[in-house]
Amino acid sequence: MAEESSKGHIPTVIADDVHIVYRVNGTGGGKGSATAALSRILRRGKGEPRGVRKVHAVRGVSFTAYRGQAIGLIGTNGSGKSTLLRAIAGLLPPESGKVYTDGQPSLLGVNAALMSDLTGERNVVLGGLAMGMSREEIRSRYQKIVDFSGINEKGDFITLPMRTYSSGMAARLRFSIAAAKNHDVLMIDEALATGDRKFRVRSEERIRELRKEAGTVFLVSHNNKTIRDTCDRVLWLEKGELLMDGSTDEVLKAYERETGK
Amino acid sequence: MSDTTQDGGLALSAPPSADDGLSASQLAAKYGLAVSGARPGLVAYVRQLWGRRHFILAFSRAKLTAQYSQAKLGQVWQVVTPLLNALVYFLIFGLILGTRRGMTQEVFIPFLVTGVFVFTFTQSSVMAGVKSISGNIGLVRALHFPRASLPISFSLQQLQQLMFSMIVLLAVAVGFGSYPALSWLLVLPALAMQFLFNSGLALIMARLGSKTPDLAQLMPFIMRTWMYASGVMYSIPVMLADKPRWIADVLQYNPAAIYMDLVRFALIDGYGSENLPDHVWAVALAWAVVVGVVGFVYFWKAEERYGRG
Repeated sequence: MAEESSKGHIPTVIADDVHIVYRVNGTGGGKGSATAALSRILRRGKGEPRGVRKVHAVRGVSFTAYRGQAIGLIGTNGSGKSTLLRAIAGLLPPESGKVYTDGQPSLLGVNAALMSDLTGERNVVLGGLAMGMSREEIRSRYQKIVDFSGINEKGDFITLPMRTYSSGMAARLRFSIAAAKNHDVLMIDEALATGDRKFRVRSEERIRELRKEAGTVFLVSHNNKTIRDTCDRVLWLEKGELLMDGSTDEVLKAYERETGK
Repeated sequence: MSDTTQDGGLALSAPPSADDGLSASQLAAKYGLAVSGARPGLVAYVRQLWGRRHFILAFSRAKLTAQYSQAKLGQVWQVVTPLLNALVYFLIFGLILGTRRGMTQEVFIPFLVTGVFVFTFTQSSVMAGVKSISGNIGLVRALHFPRASLPISFSLQQLQQLMFSMIVLLAVAVGFGSYPALSWLLVLPALAMQFLFNSGLALIMARLGSKTPDLAQLMPFIMRTWMYASGVMYSIPVMLADKPRWIADVLQYNPAAIYMDLVRFALIDGYGSENLPDHVWAVALAWAVVVGVVGFVYFWKAEERYGRG
């Protein structure tokens, strides 16, 4: 494993003591009533004002990722994995510390850009544009996206609004759109477990393809088997701290011991 | 556990090399790595935004279509909604109250409908602008694009909405005796300037609203005050004839009143240039450019922080 990562030995992502803090409104102590909110405003003491609560999601994470590596992120729910991915992608600014990247890392996923009231057809275009593809790129890949999703296998569903799709169908279309683009640094956040078995096999294959094209891959997953199959290095996050960083076998063994799997 | 962190990290950082002693920033500099999510320069930002013009347009049109996609009549509502709006105002102010104040019915009804539609354009741009970041935080945290795309896209959606209203407005104008003339073309520069003004305002509100979502609650009251102060349903000079002159001046030179007056002047036969304040076109352009540019720069200054919410 170590040899594999050392062959290129060109860093693509450097995280330097990254801290990320969320500020959440309207959760200040006590009851959520209007009077409680008012008294908080009046009491505005020292430190954080008016019912704003801080959530320290990532605490001082440092690592360097090299070209050609596939890195798994593991940890229990709420350990800061997705947040760390967003920071690497530059979508969420760190409170302190820095993330350096080669090119523009991107998260695999377009869910947020799609609109359920629009047809699948228009969502393919909208999603593609949102990911930064040009109109020509989308036009040339349109058929491939639709075929890959298999939406039209049961009739002409692509011209119906997405709200009429079953949740599985919608998930398949979303994945197909998201996976249509190639990325330098690719980050996948548990995107694998969608759709029926047939589609899952197909999407796992597509992810392997994307992996090969991408310089560096980050994968967040709760499925240890997926991590073992895909990654050669694993970061274990717990409560926002980097607990362990090492080869897949080593870290997964420790993780499984700790979580009692 | 902590010692394995060290060992594991070292094992994978590969054999000792010239990079070992370097700090993170030195290493980044050596391999040409850039800070992730850093704010681009203003010129680069404009270029990025231009590169995303197809997305901005597609997003605004998608929002517009999605609005009525569940209704049986579908997109017909794009025209019916402003038509009903105009009818309500006609009923209340034209028939019941009869607040014409120095205008004939032929002038007052198109005057009123123009005022409502043009002001609604600014109003809904501001309202959509306030929520454009805070209401789309999922999108902001998932994909890369210049964040200004969102408020601009929402303003563009309102512009398209206004185009449907214009169909109704032109019909109203003809219905009350103002027939198509060359002066109607003046509507285009007037609305173009208003669009620029609205976008600037939406950008400012988007940044404020991303930090303080409470503004979305407050804005309806501010906008309503603005509407009543801008002479949507009355003529400012006539109404304020017995008040000190500067009050009327302030109200007349406010951007909402300026753009309304320009469109009225363009469309309505009986609404001549004597109703317009001095240098009206220059003032309209100044508002558009100043607010547009200031809004854009102000929004860009916080570009890297919008994901934080």
